[in-house]
Amino acid sequence: MNLNDWIPLIIVATSLVPGVLIFFLHENQTGVRTALNLTGAVVKVLLVFAVYFGVQRGETYTFRYEIGVDLEFLLHIDLLSLLFATLSAILWLVTTLYAIGYLEGSPYRRRFFGFFSICVTASTGIALAGNAVTFFIFYEFLTLATYPLVVHRGTEEALQAGRTYLWYTIGGGTVLFVGVVWLFVLTGSVDFGDTEALQALAAENETQLVILFWVLVAGLGVKAALFPLHGWLPVAMVAPAPVSALLHAVAVVKAGAFGLVRLVQDIYGVELAEDLNLLTPLAVLAAFTILYGSLRALTQDDLKKRLAYSTVSQLSYIAMGVAIPGVTVATGALVHLVHQGLMKITLFFCAGNIAETLGLHKVSELNGIGRRLPLTMGAFTLAAFGMIGLPPLAGFISKWYLGIGGMEAGQSWIVVVLLASSALNAAYFLPVIHAAWFRSPDREWKIKRTARFLETPWTLLLPAVATAVTSLTVGVFAATEWSPLELARQVAESWYSRR
Amino acid sequence: MNLIEPAQLPPSLIIVPILGALVCFILPGPWSGRVGLLTSALTVVAAGLSTWAVLAEGSQRHELGGWAAPLGINLYLDGLAAVFIAMVAIIGLLVGIYARSFYATESDQHGTNALYWPLWLTLWAGMNGLFLSADLFNLYVVIEVVGLSAVALAILSGKPPALLAGLRYLLAAIVGSMAYLMGVALIYAEVGALDLTVVAEALDGGLVPRVAFGLMLAGLMVKTALSPLHFWLPAAHSAAQPPVSALLSALVVKGTFYLILRLWVDVFEGSITYAMGQFLGALGAIAVLWGSYQAIRQSRLKLVVAHSTVGQIGFMFLLFPLITVAYEGWGYAPWLAAAWTGGIYQALAHGFAKAAMFLAVGVYVLAVGNDEKDSMVDLVARLPMTTFALALAGVSLIGLPPSGGFVAKWMLLKAAFSSGQWWWAPVIVLGSFLTAGYVFMILRQAFAPAREKLQLRPVPRAMEVTALLLGVGSILIGLRAEEVLLLLDVDAPFEEPVEPEEGGAP
Repeated sequence: MNLNDWIPLIIVATSLVPGVLIFFLHENQTGVRTALNLTGAVVKVLLVFAVYFGVQRGETYTFRYEIGVDLEFLLHIDLLSLLFATLSAILWLVTTLYAIGYLEGSPYRRRFFGFFSICVTASTGIALAGNAVTFFIFYEFLTLATYPLVVHRGTEEALQAGRTYLWYTIGGGTVLFVGVVWLFVLTGSVDFGDTEALQALAAENETQLVILFWVLVAGLGVKAALFPLHGWLPVAMVAPAPVSALLHAVAVVKAGAFGLVRLVQDIYGVELAEDLNLLTPLAVLAAFTILYGSLRALTQDDLKKRLAYSTVSQLSYIAMGVAIPGVTVATGALVHLVHQGLMKITLFFCAGNIAETLGLHKVSELNGIGRRLPLTMGAFTLAAFGMIGLPPLAGFISKWYLGIGGMEAGQSWIVVVLLASSALNAAYFLPVIHAAWFRSPDREWKIKRTARFLETPWTLLLPAVATAVTSLTVGVFAATEWSPLELARQVAESWYSRR
Repeated sequence: MNLIEPAQLPPSLIIVPILGALVCFILPGPWSGRVGLLTSALTVVAAGLSTWAVLAEGSQRHELGGWAAPLGINLYLDGLAAVFIAMVAIIGLLVGIYARSFYATESDQHGTNALYWPLWLTLWAGMNGLFLSADLFNLYVVIEVVGLSAVALAILSGKPPALLAGLRYLLAAIVGSMAYLMGVALIYAEVGALDLTVVAEALDGGLVPRVAFGLMLAGLMVKTALSPLHFWLPAAHSAAQPPVSALLSALVVKGTFYLILRLWVDVFEGSITYAMGQFLGALGAIAVLWGSYQAIRQSRLKLVVAHSTVGQIGFMFLLFPLITVAYEGWGYAPWLAAAWTGGIYQALAHGFAKAAMFLAVGVYVLAVGNDEKDSMVDLVARLPMTTFALALAGVSLIGLPPSGGFVAKWMLLKAAFSSGQWWWAPVIVLGSFLTAGYVFMILRQAFAPAREKLQLRPVPRAMEVTALLLGVGSILIGLRAEEVLLLLDVDAPFEEPVEPEEGGAP
């Protein structure tokens, strides 16, 4: 093994090592803890960028390790891993900063930051996993690492949410376990991207492959919050805001969506999945989830809950996109993986700021807060407009590619879904924005946090503004060589050029 | 020149702990702990050297007094035995370190605390004897040694519930060994030999061997607490002191499981039918579901962990239907290795995880003062190391990756699918799900805030650390399965044929 082959492991370790070390620190060693966290986060971002250049130059990064018999632990960096790894590395850095500010002075921060880092380790592992076994290992690891974060507050509501969360995720995990073992029995140890083994079986085992596909979708669908497996997501929003932000934008839900992408493209391959008639039902299920999530979001008065249903909806854009064959539509789905992350994390940061600064949690309480929190609400507005799909924001780019791609693939119905969804997005986001900017304050605010010159401490404000601006930037500069769109396009083209 | 002849290693695994037990028994209290730990360390060295010898030079056969098989007594050390000997050594040493601290804090009103060491070392010698014996009658003797010293350990606290549970345990142990002994007598009457290999060659699958094997199996099933014969286990394992519970649950039940396995593949292979395998598997499945379900229903922590043992033993028995197809003239099958390693890995992983769990619960109980589930609040914050140990052990029991339990369940599930016996899959899945239920029932409580200020008793550091080491061990064996698998490969009953035509189980 040369140095390159160790790099995937090092990238995973940049969050695992700080996570483990934090548990050995004392609760009050805030400085050391912060230094460890931020060093790990920065090193991870730098490494991911370095690897990006390496992959562009054609270098390979593959770490193989035999656990025993035929179980193989494999980390491999391809373009798709990079897309997800970059997102999680950057958003981890931002969220860490946010969490430091958010949790200032609250108890059990050692535990929180320890598990927080381990949670990011798991999502990085999911990004870099090179085969189904490794993916499954990190997928379950993620469940375990997020549980302490969901129940962090220890209240009855949090414990109850934790229980719901576990029922769903452990249930999904066991179903996925069966699926992965089944896959393994059929094909043996196969790397992602090598779809020939399964294709060779297709003629004789058609029914088996169809059932297996749906078993795997059911396992992944829990984390991807596909209807009817989405029930945990609105409940789990009782977690502290940085956790919700990370859960909804990168870690848990994206693990599911990313898994669906791997399943369709790198395990079955589009051709086989299409031959077995698996894609259209998946796309329809995803489309239904898009509309269902948006409709449910309309009636939620709790801001975080409204955002949670919005996640259910937005996430399924990715599933719908991969379930329709074609380069353009795949590009749209992949770029939405990044764009939804940026926008949704901004929204959750803002919801956290509103709760922390003014003590407000309900949509009906937000009248006039734009005057008190202009920058926060500015970021919120930007991200919400993005979600609705206004040009030139990030969400517009995703929807544009999905829509154009759908028409190219001869499936124009998804344009209707996209338009309906956008209208619904507008219907549940615009009232919030309108109330914040155009109504006058109608209640006393319980001011919890203050800062001398800013509306709220800079650790809370900067992350929200930074991600909002990024979501604008990736939209405006989508056509440049450095945009997520370009990377997504490369990934999509690599899929359709390998046959 | 070799300082230690490999052939001398097997007897030392029995002699060293026996001598240590004698010395501990004679010496006054404070010394017995020191000598006990020293003996443990020496036995661990002997176990380590034995394992290494098996890896390097293959199986070892030792003829006691130089007498060969039909007349003399033989000790036989192969890969399977070495794996179990190594497991007992590592877990036994760590539990011993825990026990020294535990008995230093525990009141000693009956003056029985110092008896832990002679009893445990006798038990250890008996376990090693069980793994090494190549003779049906010797096996009976060591089963009795193991059974009686285990019962004595279980009632060491002298408290009424422990005594009552101990009585039932004693009853089960005696009934179990009697049934086994009757089976041995029948075999002796039939073939006039007791050595395992000689018996195996002489048997030809008639009625008598089947009845004999049935009796032996029934006796050993009682002692292994395979449901529905597990009635004695939860009470006995939960009423004992924590280090003893750990030894009983993690190790002692594995002794008779090992023996069933040994008889199944090495002695009675000619008498075994597909239906028998399915029957044992079905009992295992009942155990998995019933034991895990009962664990969820308990309100006392030690009872949760004890019932969990019933369920986890069930998983080990899923091995039998999956390996038994080989004897119906099907010859070698590609999934045999997976089933074999899966079942044995389950025994290993459960050993580490269950020891860790009982030790961690022991720390909880010591700190909180009772073992009601509802009292165990806020312990994530107050006893983080122990809670972490408990969580790691739980992860392995559930079978979540990466852990020993994951490797076990992966292999079992894989074997179930590839052998076409897919009906074991729902059992494995549902069992894991129920296991998650009781593990997170404990952990959830540990996250709940305390209503009033908790006053925790101080716990010796060594107790927390040993629990954690065992918990980490249950994870680590899942990260590096290669060595264990190499060891298991030494004279494994199923070998991949070099060429397909030559295939066939031994």
